[in-house]
Amino acid sequence: MPWTRDEMAQRAALELKDGFYVNLGIGIPTLVSNYIPSGIIVQLQSENGMLAMGPFPYDGDEDPDLINAGKQTITELPTTSYFDSAQSFGMVRGGHIDLSILGAMQVAENGDLANWMIPGRMVKGMGGAMDLVAGVKRVVVLMEHTAKDEPKLLRRCTLPLTGAGVVDMVITDLGVFQIDRRGSGMTLLELAPEVSLQEIRGKTEADYALGAGLA
Amino acid sequence: MNKIFPDATAALAGLLHDGMTIMAGGFGLSGIPEKLIAEIKSSGVSGLTVISNNAGIDGAGLGLLLETRQIKKMISSYVGENKLFADLYLKGELELEFNPQGTLAERIRAGGAGIPAFFTKTGVGTLVAEGKETREFDGQTYILERGLAADLAIIHAWKADTEGNLVFRKTARNFNPVMATAGRVTVAEVEHLVPAGQIDPDQIHTPGIFVQRIVHYDHYEKRIEQRTVRKRG
Repeated sequence: MPWTRDEMAQRAALELKDGFYVNLGIGIPTLVSNYIPSGIIVQLQSENGMLAMGPFPYDGDEDPDLINAGKQTITELPTTSYFDSAQSFGMVRGGHIDLSILGAMQVAENGDLANWMIPGRMVKGMGGAMDLVAGVKRVVVLMEHTAKDEPKLLRRCTLPLTGAGVVDMVITDLGVFQIDRRGSGMTLLELAPEVSLQEIRGKTEADYALGAGLA
Repeated sequence: MNKIFPDATAALAGLLHDGMTIMAGGFGLSGIPEKLIAEIKSSGVSGLTVISNNAGIDGAGLGLLLETRQIKKMISSYVGENKLFADLYLKGELELEFNPQGTLAERIRAGGAGIPAFFTKTGVGTLVAEGKETREFDGQTYILERGLAADLAIIHAWKADTEGNLVFRKTARNFNPVMATAGRVTVAEVEHLVPAGQIDPDQIHTPGIFVQRIVHYDHYEKRIEQRTVRKRG
């Protein structure tokens, strides 16, 4: 049985380590904050200028001066700090953020990522995604394995790239893949419960090796 | 020199002309200079190039200047919240230059600091790199990005003193401090105005040298784009 969105987020949360500074993208990645393992403390960065994001406010406590990068109202924590956009992206581009978890339209076996633009459609913009994938130490993609039954894990991306050779791990509803950015390709590490090797092969265009325990 | 102006009309008097470039602070609708945007709308100035992370939403923020077709070109990182923007763009009535958000912020920071260009890894191997000079440093490829300045920067701060020293509040800070440095003239609208000496100098975010004009209003609309809450326990 494929993982649900929450189970995908729960699996991604296992990539968090104590003391990490983490940026979570919009969509399924946001759910990861609900599954931070006990005993682990991480600080969530919001690229509009905040470290240590707190949960949504209680009804009536919303503050228009306190939002996350998805423009949602949030709260601060005792560890919170605020800063301007240039310093915020100095953190991102300077390699000070440990982990970025974000969504994708396509990922290629060489670590290329496409998640911002479909030619011919209205383009909303890349926001901070290109900075995050270029600067953050480790990039984990959290996405559905296919879109309308078309594979999203490809030999080469067909959509315009967000970054070239930037993805370290892909977690889908069917399994977990590791990508070696230095060119030794993609490896299937885990399968979701009751998902077969045959099923995942049929829904994946990219080439991949089988990790220990799956071969 | 007096930096305090009685209202937005006075604060922008003599600064606006057709075809000019304006930087506008804010992220989404948070920390936008809403009074100054409204005044630019009433002034009727047109053919504007506007540098701002977003383009407002329909009926608010820079969306107001799209309704009146005063903007010729936007330089932004994300414009997804605005239906009118999409319509104008698809009809060819609006030019658009996308910059990655960090590149946009750094271009503005550089522009304000007298740095004509810098190298960054962001966008290497993507459409953003097309036509740009690349160079290798320590085995990695970087692209050259230019500093960015504007004829006018309009910003929103929480508190100012009469010298123009500014303090911002929470995530309403965002692009405002960097844009303050990159406007040939910077006009700040503020929620609180105090005499010089009333803000602890150690707590000032933007020194007054970057701010030429200040206008104080008591009440701001401050719309929320995505109201997200949790239930009380």
